[in-house]
Amino acid sequence: MKSFCLGAATVLGLTLAGSALADDVRMLAIEPNVPEGRQYYLDVAKAYEAEKPGTKVQFDFLDDTSFKSKLPTLLQSSARPDAFFTWTGGVFAEQAKAGVLKDISADFTDADRKNYSPSGIQSMSHDGKLYGVPMYAASVVLWYNKALVEKAGVDPKAIKNWEDLLAASKKIQGAGIVPIVMGGKDKWPIALFYGQLAARIAGTDGVAAADKGENEGFNNPAFIQAGEALKQLADIKPFQPGYMDTTQPKAAGLFGDGKGAFYLAGNFLVGAQAQNSASGKGLGDDLDFITFPAVEGGKGDPADTFGGVNGWLVTKDAGKSTVDFLKFLTNNKNQTEGGRLKIWLPIGTDAQSGIADPRLRRIAEDLSKAPHHQLYLDQMLGASVGAALNDAAAQIVTGDISPEEAAALVEEAREMR
Amino acid sequence: MTTMTGSRPQLSPAARIARMHRQGKLTALLLFLPPALVLFTLFVIWPIFNAANLSFFKWSGYGAIDNFVGTQNYQRLANHSVFHQSLWNSVKLILASLFIQIPLALTLALLIYKKTSINTAFRLIFFAPYILAEIASGVIWSFIFDGDFGVSGQIATALGIEPFYILADRQFAFLAIITVVVWKYFGYHMMIFIAALQAVPDDLIEAAEIDGAGRWQKVFYVKLPLIMHAIKLSAFFAIVGALQVFDIIIPLTNGGPSNSTHSIVSYLYTYGLAQLNVGYGAAVGVVLFILCMVTAFSYRRLAMGKGGAL
Repeated sequence: MKSFCLGAATVLGLTLAGSALADDVRMLAIEPNVPEGRQYYLDVAKAYEAEKPGTKVQFDFLDDTSFKSKLPTLLQSSARPDAFFTWTGGVFAEQAKAGVLKDISADFTDADRKNYSPSGIQSMSHDGKLYGVPMYAASVVLWYNKALVEKAGVDPKAIKNWEDLLAASKKIQGAGIVPIVMGGKDKWPIALFYGQLAARIAGTDGVAAADKGENEGFNNPAFIQAGEALKQLADIKPFQPGYMDTTQPKAAGLFGDGKGAFYLAGNFLVGAQAQNSASGKGLGDDLDFITFPAVEGGKGDPADTFGGVNGWLVTKDAGKSTVDFLKFLTNNKNQTEGGRLKIWLPIGTDAQSGIADPRLRRIAEDLSKAPHHQLYLDQMLGASVGAALNDAAAQIVTGDISPEEAAALVEEAREMR
Repeated sequence: MTTMTGSRPQLSPAARIARMHRQGKLTALLLFLPPALVLFTLFVIWPIFNAANLSFFKWSGYGAIDNFVGTQNYQRLANHSVFHQSLWNSVKLILASLFIQIPLALTLALLIYKKTSINTAFRLIFFAPYILAEIASGVIWSFIFDGDFGVSGQIATALGIEPFYILADRQFAFLAIITVVVWKYFGYHMMIFIAALQAVPDDLIEAAEIDGAGRWQKVFYVKLPLIMHAIKLSAFFAIVGALQVFDIIIPLTNGGPSNSTHSIVSYLYTYGLAQLNVGYGAAVGVVLFILCMVTAFSYRRLAMGKGGAL
């Protein structure tokens, strides 16, 4: 408790210290996954300051958890930042409804909007009003270790549907290799499977309907079927020993050290598996991916992607420079640079050219061709329902609850929302 | 202590104030009471009432607090199996503190309370865990329990057995947390006992020796009765401390696996703050507050004798 209070005091101090002169821009960001990320922001800020003398841009960084728990208080105080990082989805909707954000629709002409993918702009809008600027997307794929699947005699490219993945997992296990590396302690890595399955079975429309409580909400048979499919996988016991005490970064490192054949994660895994591996190098060219398998009879298009949309939301009373800086931050040059540094998949329509890594380029192409991009379910549903979903997924896998109970748990949280 | 005031004649409030004024106490009162009273009200009384009020609302932390839901938060709480588990875990922590931690601390205190240089060194070693920040202890122990890269993993490898992931195991994860809590706080209780034991008059022990008391008799008939006040105080701290455990759980298990290792406070944090159910969190806070108050008052009444005297 003590350290928590200390942290809160530090943030308060930071924000008060920075609370600002006329048209300075104060940005609140989350601690980037890769060290280059932080430097990238600072460099962009410096470049902007050079272009607009007299304007100061300040970035404050907080880790995910503190960011999420401190934001509500911060946004409703006078020490609020001018713009802050967002995962969009349910929490964004909540903030928009509470009136702590600024409608910036008028600052974005049609020409401005053309620089971003429509789904990006869509994710930053609530009730037809634009509140922020999208910056990057994340897309989840099924990564594999080429050497290990070859050793087990499995051809990953032949995995087209869920049954194929189950069969491949069994075969890999038979060869004495861990089929899937999992960071179960964080729960959301398990929920990626659950959410992906739900999106494949119910389709993005089905997920959206459940979110609104239509067709029995999450008690809809599609979600129970998703839970059953997840249980089928868990019954094989495909994860490494101790996976429930493995955090996501540690799991990425284990995968990078060749401790398992498959890993379900977003594009960020390319960097994370190398950085967190014991060797520091990761799998190198042995790393490749397939798209998440289809589910027989599912309503979701197998070409639909699943992942995040991230960007910046502008707070009420933010100065004019804020929007101007956000446009600068997400301009073609900076977007391309972010892609080149492998920090993210740029959401700018014309910024794919910087992506040198062929795998990331493929993900970006799939993303741009996808009929729908389903937002991570825990982000889409908001904090409490999202957490219930992550809990439910983890407990299906540990065998503590049945798929029906899991669906009921999520639906109960949704009704309480 | 209380007999003095009890024997005073009753005065009317006005007469009392007049007397205080004569004695020069009134100025001191007017000067020193308001700041303390204001701070106490602002940071203790007001938040308590505010939280109690908030617990009847559904509030995500954003916007106006206007969604009154009556006792719905409390009903949810009463029916939530994870909350039941958290309560039970807190009870387990209390029991472990009382029946493992305090006897351990007492034994060690009896062994090393005399002032010698070796004893000082041991005292320092045993007290060291208490100095560490809770969060740091949690992180350190999570490395120790790590079956892949941690100490337990290395031991398993050296012995040639399968590594054991205690924090991933529903049955044993909470046992690991209890171990860390005992390790972290036994030194604190030991220090209380050492201070008390050093205050036991040597002549009493000498007298017992002359009467032919053996080593154990000296402990049970002289030392323990004379430090009983410290033991009672220690037990009180242990109970209240066990109800508040939080920082150790978050880095160790984060409440998992399957929400089986939450304490009341980590439950409050996870379901109230992290999930933005502020009203619900306030309801948990009120329950925790009541538990602490009931414990504190009943303990004073039962164990500490009349008027809370030790």
